[in-house]
Amino acid sequence: MTQESSTALKTGQMFINFGPQHPSTHGVLRIALTVEGEVVVKADPDVGYLHRGIEKLFEARNYSQGLILTDRLDYVSAMPNNLAYCLAVERLAAVQPPLRAQYLRVMVSELTRIASHLVFFGTFSVDMGAFTPFLYAFREREMILDLFEMLCGGRLLYSYIRVGGVSADCPAGWEEKCGEFITFFKPRLKDYDTLLSFNPIFKDRTANVGRISAAQALSWGLSGPNLRASGPDYDVRKAEPYCVYDKLDFTVPTGKTGSCWDRYYCRMLEMGQSAEIVLQCLDALAGTACLPAGRELPPGEIMAKGVPKILKPPAGQAYAHIEASRGDLGFYAVSDGSPTPYRMHVRGPSFLNVAILQEILAGCKIADVVAVLGSFDIVLGEVDR
Amino acid sequence: MGIILDNLPKIERLPGGGIALTTADFLINWSRNSSMWPLTFGLACCAIEMMAAYASRFDFERMGVFPRPTPRQADVMFVAGTVAKKMAPPIIRIYKQMPEPKFVIAMGGCANCGGPFYDSYSVVKGVDRIIPVDVYIPGCPPRPEALMYAVIKLQQKIRLMKVKNGHGATPLQSAGARKLV
Repeated sequence: MTQESSTALKTGQMFINFGPQHPSTHGVLRIALTVEGEVVVKADPDVGYLHRGIEKLFEARNYSQGLILTDRLDYVSAMPNNLAYCLAVERLAAVQPPLRAQYLRVMVSELTRIASHLVFFGTFSVDMGAFTPFLYAFREREMILDLFEMLCGGRLLYSYIRVGGVSADCPAGWEEKCGEFITFFKPRLKDYDTLLSFNPIFKDRTANVGRISAAQALSWGLSGPNLRASGPDYDVRKAEPYCVYDKLDFTVPTGKTGSCWDRYYCRMLEMGQSAEIVLQCLDALAGTACLPAGRELPPGEIMAKGVPKILKPPAGQAYAHIEASRGDLGFYAVSDGSPTPYRMHVRGPSFLNVAILQEILAGCKIADVVAVLGSFDIVLGEVDR
Repeated sequence: MGIILDNLPKIERLPGGGIALTTADFLINWSRNSSMWPLTFGLACCAIEMMAAYASRFDFERMGVFPRPTPRQADVMFVAGTVAKKMAPPIIRIYKQMPEPKFVIAMGGCANCGGPFYDSYSVVKGVDRIIPVDVYIPGCPPRPEALMYAVIKLQQKIRLMKVKNGHGATPLQSAGARKLV
């Protein structure tokens, strides 16, 4: 090749906007990509396209009105958001919810975790070019939504967990229906493995793509399945048990390589564990579990006594964090003694999970950007708040 | 075609022949409202219910609603979620990229009027402040059935469009309305 023709073929860097309207960004994330041919040189996540000022709005709502804003943070799994908020406010106001409410809280949180991971399973498979798993995932998810609808009337955003307890006890026949769902659901996990997990094309596109080392994951503050896929087994349910998690028997699945496939499979295994937790909670609610004497769970006892409608916690501050579907979700509440919070800060796991993208996307191929982004399972409502 | 020819009143069949007569308006509107392709475009919580509508239980595709990833192939935009001020310019740009005639369904309280974020400093209080809207769906979030009902309502609206009014599309769009009759 002559000197002239080789300079004529020289390619330059190109700038591509990935999003904010893109089917694979799961919302309105924009990633400013600088590419050289097929390889990404630089990636800048640009957040804020769904910034709704939720943290500021908390200051204009009283504590029970603020609850509805928490649903809309991580809208794919609303129950754990309610739970984290209520735990923070209860810590602030020194309210102790009854044991039955705590079991119900854990049970709905775990059902939500299954529903949320099913959305991940469906959308991630669509990102990877497989549409069928999406239909299977949503079939099962609709069953969980039916259960929630029986319980509190909501399909997506519930506000079921209230400060001091939960809004309603299980209606008649709910426990049986929930048990039927779990028996139906557990074998489905094997179906998902044959459908997608060990599909050679899917594995080629995800295994060894977007690898994160354990040290990297820890230094960027990842949490949830994204952290555990890299090796560390940090789980708030085990590290600082809240509600009744210390009474329940479950394991925390971890991955080895921190690749997209590990992040995906961690969630698959977590769904199985969540199903086990739901079964244990159902046993406890039915009274068949070995609870200590005097610790039975009488139906109807779902709300702490003496919680006023307009809560005025004493001046002070409280932090509570839980293991939500996407990781370590924390609420930091500051009260000045008035009916509205002085400050309410949200530590959203998705926001921290997005930050690492700029490091691991550099050097990826363009097609892998979608795989990496999809494997993080971010929800923009929580990123932008 | 047999079912369509038998059931729809505006189509006349000439006796003995394979020719059917109808109006251009009817034919155009019929084809338009039987394959409304929305843009795959979710903003917030409502987008999850929109996804549920496409998925197995509700099966939106049986109504001819099949999501397209690019605005250039889309007929209708579901504004599913909160419109933040930072997102408003991209929404206008996407809307302008859609070919005429284009329709907008505002899904949920946020897209109608700001919803639970009515007093937020960073939320556009209703998407109709930036682009014209055809159908509003209340709810936070509306159920998938509500989204389907909105599509049925939009189909009814499309059936009223006339060629002589520029297909009911452009003239009054700056004012946010469609000239239908």
